Amino acid sequence: MPVKTKTNTNKDAIKYYREMKEVREFEMKAVELFTEGFMAGNLHTSVGQEAIAVGVCAALKPADLMVPTHRGHGQVLVRGSDPNLMMAELCGKSTGYCKGKGGSMHLANVELGILGTNGIIGASLPIGTGSALASKIKGTNEVTVIIFGDGASNEGTFHESLNMASAWKLPCVYICENNLYGVSTDIRRVTSVQDISTRAKGYDIPGVTVDGNDVYAVMHAVSTAIERARRGEGPSLVECKTYRHRGHYEGDPQIYKPKEEVEEWKKRDPIVRLRKEIIESGMASEAEILDIEKQVAAKMEAAAVFAKESPFPEAYEVTTDIYSSDNERSVAR
Amino acid sequence: MRTITYGKAISEALHEEMLRDESVFVMGEDMAVMGSVFGLTKGFLDEFGPNRVIDTPISEAGFSGMAVGAAIRGLRPVVELMYVDFATLAYDSIVNQAAKIRYMTGGQVKVPLVIRAPGGAGRRNAAQHSQSLENWFTHIPGLKVVAPATPYDVKGLLKTAIRDDDPVIFIEHKFCYAQKGEVPDGEYTIPFGKADIKRPGKDVTLIAYSRQTNFAMEAAEILAKDGIDVEVIDLRSLVPLDWETIEASVKKTHRAVVVHEAVKRGGYGAEIATQIMEGVFDYLDAPVKRVAALNVVIPFSPTLEDLVFPHVKDIVAGVKDVLR
Repeated sequence: MPVKTKTNTNKDAIKYYREMKEVREFEMKAVELFTEGFMAGNLHTSVGQEAIAVGVCAALKPADLMVPTHRGHGQVLVRGSDPNLMMAELCGKSTGYCKGKGGSMHLANVELGILGTNGIIGASLPIGTGSALASKIKGTNEVTVIIFGDGASNEGTFHESLNMASAWKLPCVYICENNLYGVSTDIRRVTSVQDISTRAKGYDIPGVTVDGNDVYAVMHAVSTAIERARRGEGPSLVECKTYRHRGHYEGDPQIYKPKEEVEEWKKRDPIVRLRKEIIESGMASEAEILDIEKQVAAKMEAAAVFAKESPFPEAYEVTTDIYSSDNERSVAR
Repeated sequence: MRTITYGKAISEALHEEMLRDESVFVMGEDMAVMGSVFGLTKGFLDEFGPNRVIDTPISEAGFSGMAVGAAIRGLRPVVELMYVDFATLAYDSIVNQAAKIRYMTGGQVKVPLVIRAPGGAGRRNAAQHSQSLENWFTHIPGLKVVAPATPYDVKGLLKTAIRDDDPVIFIEHKFCYAQKGEVPDGEYTIPFGKADIKRPGKDVTLIAYSRQTNFAMEAAEILAKDGIDVEVIDLRSLVPLDWETIEASVKKTHRAVVVHEAVKRGGYGAEIATQIMEGVFDYLDAPVKRVAALNVVIPFSPTLEDLVFPHVKDIVAGVKDVLR
């Protein structure tokens, strides 16, 4: 059950619920568009993992920065992005955040400090660590949170980044969304440690493992780590144990997941859990929750309509934005 | 005019740009306390402090990616890879990140990053410290690629690279570091995409870059004694490419030879030769000739290494070949 603290107000609980629900609805709407053929390519959903996006964003200050994962719709949305522009991007439309050039795997909203989701596992770590280095060089006090999956913790960039961030006390927080599988491979079969957070010891930084399906647990752990980073004491590693309900990509047959495991984790669905807690504790009535759910559904339906009705990019856009100067000539030859 | 080495010219460019713009910083292996293995940043640590002159651990994948992150945040990192061969370890940062982030984000960010890396053979550094890998980078849209030959060019082009808002792969030739040349006092920059006609001529267009430019000049001297008037074009930047200068020259000479130290197969010479054939085929009196390295691993043994990459005599032979 959620941790009750004095900062855990009714207002917060309802806000978190709405945000998690928005992520779920956004992604299920994306799945719908994908299935209907409005969306091409790869779609990686985070269904079941929404508490992490919400918990992390709740811990951030406006100037803080974020480098999300390839499964990062939730993180980008909760940070304050417009679902219309996100859905348009997923559909490759010109109205999307990246003019349709990035798609699901490369969502970015730099204005909000979202430096870009990344299609290469492990690439977000050095980029985010470099953002923290920039803060140190500039002498400013924003913190960069770097979110990655369990799979990335076996990439060399994980180890190189944690080493340098620790050695130089860089203001960043490493957040591992451990959903137990790297595509089809059970992380426990290919990893030297049970809890990825124990790897923090090797870099002499704090490492904690929390229930990634508990929005409060995530928020508290990340807040503690962010405060430490902001004080100039260096990075931390927060592992959030969770589970992805759907495939690695839409269309993944998921033959690698035992049925009982899926059932067990569905019982721990972070959204179902918080909904029950809110109603049982009397923070809101079922009718009020239903009302929120209706609003969220309408918002995401509107995003789908916006995306569908938006135009594809003009042909000339294929050669723009490669370079910021001398673009035409550098592309021509 | 004063004469300084290619290495000193690099050092001056870095120093001047760091004084000019405090968002410029250098990072890489042995850059701070040691002042780089080639001594290019000696004294920088004392002058600019440890935040702007950074000794990294031996973690090319990590620190090259960090430079991308810092560049997105508005700083201007100048990263050194101790040898261009080590780019293999930094390849994701360069190819999948630095080169693509601007496009992938629909132009939301700029990546003002310079990656300096010495390339080239001849110093008996053997297979993993001697390659010429510029074509790996010219093949990746989003990167600019520069390969200067002279002290004057390396200084002016490095200053341009640091001020440029795109990722620039700046390939220095390790054999050139000690080479001297005229460099004026005071401020100047050299634009990208502007080749330098190092020697005008009317009989053959000889296109080179990096250290092979110097060999091409020597070859041209020798050929002049045989009455062959060679025009030597130093490309200086490979992306963007100064096609106009190549085109005008080939239209005049009707013959072209491209020379480089990278292996012949899939090298930049193949690209230039093809562009010449696509663009000005009707002006050609002979097929375009490539003078390039053998398609082999670079050996350690000096006698073997000298057989791998082109020397002056190979360029002379190549030019005579297109005049036959």
